[in-house]
Amino acid sequence: MTADSLFRLAPLAIALPIAGLLLNLALGRRLGERFAGLVACGAVGLAFLVSVLQALALSGAAEGATVPIAAWIEIGRLQVEWALQIDSLAVTMMLVVTGVGSLIHIYATAYMHDDVRFNEDPGRYTRFFVFFNLFIASMLILVTGDSFLTLFVGWEGVGLCSYLLIGFWYEKGKDGIGNAYAGKKAFITNRVGDAGFLIALFLIFTTFGTLNFHEVFARADEGGAALAGIASAITLCLLIGAAGKSAQIPLYVWLPDAMAGPTPVSALIHAATMVTAGIYMIVRSHALFALAPDISSLVAWVGAATALFAATIAVGQYDIKRVLAYSTISQLGFMVAAAGLGAYAASIFHLVGHAFFKALLFLGAGSIILGIEHAHHHASAAAGGHVAHGAAHRPPFDAQDMRNMGGIAGRMRVTHLVYLIGALSLAGLPPLVGFFSKDEILVDAFHVNFPIYLVLALTALMTAFYTGRQLMMVFYGKARSDPAAQAHESPLLITLPLVALAALTVLGGFINLPGATPVSQQLTSWMAHTIEHLHPVAPSGLVAALATGFTLVGLGAAWLLYGRRPLASGAPDPLRRLLGPVFVGMENKWWVDELYDRLVLRPYARLARFLADTVDQRWWHDGFHERVLLAGYNRLSGWLAWSFDLPVIDGAATALGQATQAGAAGLRRLQSGFVRTYALSILIGAVLMLTYILLR
Amino acid sequence: MNVPTSYLIGLSGVLFGMGVLGVLVRRNAIVMFMSVELMLNAANLALITFARQWADVEGQIFVFFIIGVAAAEVAVGLALIVAIFKSKHSIDVDQVSGLRG
Repeated sequence: MTADSLFRLAPLAIALPIAGLLLNLALGRRLGERFAGLVACGAVGLAFLVSVLQALALSGAAEGATVPIAAWIEIGRLQVEWALQIDSLAVTMMLVVTGVGSLIHIYATAYMHDDVRFNEDPGRYTRFFVFFNLFIASMLILVTGDSFLTLFVGWEGVGLCSYLLIGFWYEKGKDGIGNAYAGKKAFITNRVGDAGFLIALFLIFTTFGTLNFHEVFARADEGGAALAGIASAITLCLLIGAAGKSAQIPLYVWLPDAMAGPTPVSALIHAATMVTAGIYMIVRSHALFALAPDISSLVAWVGAATALFAATIAVGQYDIKRVLAYSTISQLGFMVAAAGLGAYAASIFHLVGHAFFKALLFLGAGSIILGIEHAHHHASAAAGGHVAHGAAHRPPFDAQDMRNMGGIAGRMRVTHLVYLIGALSLAGLPPLVGFFSKDEILVDAFHVNFPIYLVLALTALMTAFYTGRQLMMVFYGKARSDPAAQAHESPLLITLPLVALAALTVLGGFINLPGATPVSQQLTSWMAHTIEHLHPVAPSGLVAALATGFTLVGLGAAWLLYGRRPLASGAPDPLRRLLGPVFVGMENKWWVDELYDRLVLRPYARLARFLADTVDQRWWHDGFHERVLLAGYNRLSGWLAWSFDLPVIDGAATALGQATQAGAAGLRRLQSGFVRTYALSILIGAVLMLTYILLR
Repeated sequence: MNVPTSYLIGLSGVLFGMGVLGVLVRRNAIVMFMSVELMLNAANLALITFARQWADVEGQIFVFFIIGVAAAEVAVGLALIVAIFKSKHSIDVDQVSGLRG
């Protein structure tokens, strides 16, 4: 088959997940879990196949293709066509989304099976996969769109799926509504970013007269320095959008709370794919960022600051998923920083590698949580009423708290092994993918912007530390709770995707090896077809050695604190003694949520209450409506009733009647009843008529 | 014998005037009735006179109709007078003023 006919298959990648979700929507509940899981996995798997075909086609025709699907919007100058842009960037994203997505789908069929949190609602299983397929379809729309507006449709689609899936166990969480609040928080925080993105779209349209990528970037290139001012405004707004979706300062606060969703959701949406949409968007719009060097360096600083800040918080967390969540924010910061430095290939490389190992880590964490949760469930079911009675006094058991874990390594061997691979990759140990991708970013930063390099290097050190801390707390030492002591390895459907992801983590680095050998810089040269002015940076042995050193120092420190003398049950974190108030800050996420509560939420609520109570209720409703509109209307209608209707309309009718009556009263006198009088009248009348006729 | 038209019209006028006077001044219903008949016949006479004058038969035919109608009127009128008399024991028309407005 020729490349062209392969490209024409691209819409299938979007159509298949949609078909899958429609099938599940219609028949999923009736045909049961096995069918629903099979349909969902099949749909995404086939979409992956389509993506692979696109990659094959692209290797023959590197310039890619635009596959039109339909005319969409035609309003005056605004002409938007829905077309798929198949180029190396889009296909890379497609492969990650559908590839990692397929593995997570397979994992989820087992993870969601018989979930104890379903609350005996069997329809949830199907609903989960409907949302999951919808997410894949939206994400593919996002990465394949050939215009900013198509990208925005996917952008909102994935945001919706994120909201739906964070609140999937909507009746759980703090006070039975915490998860629903988490979903709401994610949605609203993203809305702030989306507002920026929308303004960017408007600015792009007014400046360039089109939203199509090709045309916008071509005109941006032509415009050159003359466009610097407006380009700064556009890219700043784009950065706000990216900060919302990719959880950067100041809009990152939703991502940790998003861990309320089921673990496969955290892996797929909040680690591997959706949160990278912002980075994809920045890389896609690199031609605009090239015109605004100030904003580009702002992007880099935002990324670096986020990376460091989130890493410090990750050090002080106890929830296994929250550590990973802050780590995700931190790693996204690395990608954003790389994009800001112009190291687009490094950014995408880290995006791909991070998708592998972070999905692996989340899924591994899910496997551990599942093991502990089932053990806990068995124990409470066996103990019956006794435990339920006791539970009223003790806080409920938290299967995600690392202080309840320990010693999992011996009981969940496969999970332990793959988690170790993922964690070491996150820490940046060669030859895992995390080492290569992070190293490439560090090298770029080292050459381009040394302060940022320092921040990122420090972050890398802390990353290794909190990763080591997590490994020690979860896997080694003695079990600090009964469920952790009785956890069993998860079924094959869960461990197989883990093994596959571990393999990708081990081998992933080879897609973009540093150096100048024929096999190195594959991804960079592949990306160069889409992104102009990519500057391959010469590898630096010094930076690599330093990075490895930092990793080893971080891991070593973690071993010293948590590995040498494992944490005892109920004991305080050893860092608390060492860092004192700093650790309290890390533990409490630097009170950013509280700060936002004070700075934004409460004033906003007060403003809303002021607007509602004072302006709307008292002024608008009581004042304007009651006093002006209602009273005015009353007065007008009163005037009309008493001063116009009664005297004029009613008066006219009455006067007519009275005149008739008066006339009749006068005329009745003529009717005397005397026949002779009538006769006389007739005579007189006849005489008068004759006289008139004769004298005429 | 050829009586001039003017004489006949004069006679008709005199008869009509007597009828009018009779209706206006007399209160006896029977007499008033007769006076009305007098006026009718004065009109009949005038019609016949002009019919002869113009040698046109239409006026004469008209008179036949008037005589027919007058006969019917007399029947109705006399019946009324009898009915009034039965209730009022008088035929004075000024006594019968029940239709006064």
